[in-house]
Amino acid sequence: MKQLATAALLALTTAFAAHADEPQKGGTLNMVVQPEPPTVMLGLNKLGPVSFVGSKIYEGLITFAPDMTPQPLLAKSWEISEDGLSYTFHLREGVKWHDGAPFTSADVIYSFSEFLPKAFSRTKRVMSFVEEMTAPDEHTVVFKLKEPYAAFLIIFEVTGGTMVPKHIYEGTDIFKNPANDHPIGTGPFKFDEWNKGSYIHLVRNDDYWQDGKPYLDDLYFRIIPDANSRAIAFEQGQVDLLRGGDVENFEVSRLTAMDGVEMTEKGWEFYDPLAIININTRNAPLDNVKVRQAISYALDRQFMIDAVFGGFGKPAYGPMTERTPYYDPSVLTDYTFDLDKAKALMAESGVTAQNGVYATLDLMPLPYGETWQRQAEYIRQQLKEIGIETNVVSVDVPGWVERTTSGKFDITTNFIYLLGDPAMGVGQTYQSDNQLGRGTAANVDGYENPEIDRIFAEAGKTLDPAKRKAFYAQAQEILSRDAPVIWSHAMSYPTVYRSKIKNLITTAPGLNETFADVWIAK
Amino acid sequence: MTDFARRFLRSRSGMIGLILLLTLVLMAIFADLLFPGDPWRMAGRPNLPPFSKGFLFGTDQLGRDVAAGIMHGARMSLMIGFASSVVAIGVGVLVGAVAGYSSGIVDDLLMRLTEFFQTIPSFMLAIVLVAIFSPTLGSIVAAIAVVSWPPIARLVRAEFLTLRQRDFVKAAQVGGHSQSNIILHQILPNALSPVIVMASLMVASAILIESGLSFLGLGDRNYITWGFMIGAGRTMIRHAWWLSAIPGLAIFVTVLALNLFGQGLSDVLNPRLSRSNRT
Repeated sequence: MKQLATAALLALTTAFAAHADEPQKGGTLNMVVQPEPPTVMLGLNKLGPVSFVGSKIYEGLITFAPDMTPQPLLAKSWEISEDGLSYTFHLREGVKWHDGAPFTSADVIYSFSEFLPKAFSRTKRVMSFVEEMTAPDEHTVVFKLKEPYAAFLIIFEVTGGTMVPKHIYEGTDIFKNPANDHPIGTGPFKFDEWNKGSYIHLVRNDDYWQDGKPYLDDLYFRIIPDANSRAIAFEQGQVDLLRGGDVENFEVSRLTAMDGVEMTEKGWEFYDPLAIININTRNAPLDNVKVRQAISYALDRQFMIDAVFGGFGKPAYGPMTERTPYYDPSVLTDYTFDLDKAKALMAESGVTAQNGVYATLDLMPLPYGETWQRQAEYIRQQLKEIGIETNVVSVDVPGWVERTTSGKFDITTNFIYLLGDPAMGVGQTYQSDNQLGRGTAANVDGYENPEIDRIFAEAGKTLDPAKRKAFYAQAQEILSRDAPVIWSHAMSYPTVYRSKIKNLITTAPGLNETFADVWIAK
Repeated sequence: MTDFARRFLRSRSGMIGLILLLTLVLMAIFADLLFPGDPWRMAGRPNLPPFSKGFLFGTDQLGRDVAAGIMHGARMSLMIGFASSVVAIGVGVLVGAVAGYSSGIVDDLLMRLTEFFQTIPSFMLAIVLVAIFSPTLGSIVAAIAVVSWPPIARLVRAEFLTLRQRDFVKAAQVGGHSQSNIILHQILPNALSPVIVMASLMVASAILIESGLSFLGLGDRNYITWGFMIGAGRTMIRHAWWLSAIPGLAIFVTVLALNLFGQGLSDVLNPRLSRSNRT
C-alpha cells in the first residue's frame, strides 16, 4: 500500500514537472524601464531604454546565441560567398507588419539603404562597405561588399539592423513621421499605450509569424524614477524583473535572497560593456604616455568594483574583455594597482611639478547616477596621490554627450559596448579617422597611431580566424601599453527576476530580445 | 553693552543657541587640526558602523571618515550660511532703506521688484540659478543671497516708513543733514534690531538651502558638505543608515542653534515683544 502511494506520488510529481516545463500561455510581465526613453521607435534611437522596449516591437534579420553564433529571426537562412563579398538572406514568408501589410525584401532594402544610415552612425559606417544591395525576389536580399568585412553579420541584429516599414516611412521625414509615436514593427508585441511618466504598455501581436507565440498577453514597462522606489516595487511584487542598473548593485544581494527570486549575469555577451576612463590626449600632459600609464597604475580596479560597483565586474587592462572574441590576456600590460610605480612614472614623465602638483585637470563624471559619482570621487583621490589635481565638473546627460563628443574634457568616465566582434565595437574607439561628433564610443580621446589604424583596417578585411587572432593580439599589446584610454573594468549587469519567469535570457542580446519565448509559470 | 550681555545671559534659549553655535564654529576652525588632510581621503575600510575603532561616526562606502566630513562640512555650511546672509542683508537693507525713505515712484518700483522675487519659490529659483551658472562656491552664495534678500528689504522699509515720521528725523532734516546721512546715521541704527534677529534666522535658512542644493548634486564638488553627504548616503540608507543620519543630525543641530540664538537676540533687542520680560 505504502509502495503504491509512493509510486502514485512519484507519477504525480513527474507529471507536474513535465507540466512545469511546458510553456503556459497568458499573463502580464511587469518590468521597469529606466530612465524613461525619449521614444520607443527603435529605428531612430538606440539608447539602452529604447532598445529594451523597442526590441519587443521591432525585429532584426538575425539574432545571436550566447556564444555569438548567428541565429535566424526574420531571415530563415543565409549564405556567405567564399570570398566573403556576397551575403544572401532568405526571408521568412508570411511575416506581417502590425498594420497587416506584408514584410518583404523591399522593407529590408529600404531600412538599410535609406532609413538606418540617416538615424544611426554605426549602421551608416557598416553600410559604407556595401557596394550594392539587391532584391532578386520578394523574399531574398543580397548584399555585395566592396571588400570583405569580418563583422558584417553583426549589423543585422535588431539594434543595428532594425527593420522598419517602407510603406509608412518612404518619402516622409523619418524623424517627424507620426508613426514614430505609434510604432509599427513585426515583433511579437504591439504598441498600445504610453502614459508619460507612468508606464509603457505593449500587447500581444495575435498575427505574429511564430504560431502560438508570444506566450505572454502583455508587457508593462513601468517608469519609477528613484532607485530605492524601484527596489521596493520589486520587493512588493509590482514588478517582476529588474535590469542591471535599475537598482543599485549593492541592493542586488538583498533582493536575490528573497524567496522565488533569481539573479543572472548572462545576456550581455553581445553588448559586452566595458567601463573606461576617457583621457583627452590632445591636452597636455595627457599626451604623455607615462602620465597615462601612471594614472592606470594609480587606480585599484578591484577596489572600485567592490566598493562602487557592488562587486560586479572584472578588472580590465586592455581594450577587450573575456567575453570578446580574440581576447588575449597574455599580451596586456599588467596594470595591477601600484601607487609607487605610478609616482615613479610621473617623476620620469618629464612633466614638471609645482609644489608637488603636475597638472590641474577637469574630471567630468558620467551623469548616470550615484555609482559613477562615487567612482569619480575615488579617481579624484587617487589622482591627487600622484600629483594631479582635479576639478569635478557636474553636467547633465545632454551636456555630457555634447562635451564628450566634441572633445571638451580632460578626463571623463564612460562605458562602451564592444558588440560581439572587435571589428565592430573595439576599433572605433582607437582609430584616428573616427574622432569627434561620432558618438560617445568613438575615439573622442584624439588618439592617433598609424600602426593601430593599419592593424584594425587589415584585421577587419581578414576572414581567416587565425590571422585575425594575430592582428588583434598585436592591437591589444600596443593599446594596452599606450593607454589611450584607461580601462576600468568589464562591466557585469545583474538581472534580478522572479523564478516564475521562464526562458527569460536565452540569447546574447539578453533582455533586448523579442520576448516571444518568455512565459510565466502559474 | 554690559546691559545687553547681562540680559542675553539671562535668556536660556539664547545661551543654549550661543553655546551650540560656538561649538560649531570651533569645529569649523579646528577641523584641520582634529582631522588633518583631505576629508575626501579614503581612510579606512568601507561602510564601518559608528563607534568603530578610530572612526567615531564610521566610514562611507569608499572608506571616507564620516567624522572628518562632518567637521570639514561644518566649515562649508557656516561659511556659505554667513557669506550669503551678509550679501542678502546688504542688498535687502539698501533696497528697503531707499524704498522706505524716498517713497513715491522709487518706493513703488523697488517694492514691485521685491515682490517679483518673492513670488518665485525661493528654492526653485536657487536651483535654476546654480544650474545655469554651474555650481561653484561663488555661484551658490550668490544664488542663496538672491533668493533671501526680499524679506529683509520689506522689513527695513516698514521700519523706515514709521521712523521717517519721528521727530528726531524731522529735526535732522530741518537741521540740513544730507539724505544719506539721515538714512545711515539717524534712521538705520534704530531699525537694526529686528534685522539682526532676522539675520540669525536667515543664516539657518541659507544653510538649509545649501544642503538642499548639495543633496541634489548641485553643490560645489570640490568641497565636502553635509547636504552632499546625505545625498550620497541616501541610496545606502538600508545598508548604512549613519551615512545620511549623522550629517542630517548636524544640520538639525545647527539650524536649531541658530533659531535659539535668534530667539535670545529677540528677547534682548525687542524687550516689548519678549515673553521673558513681560511678567
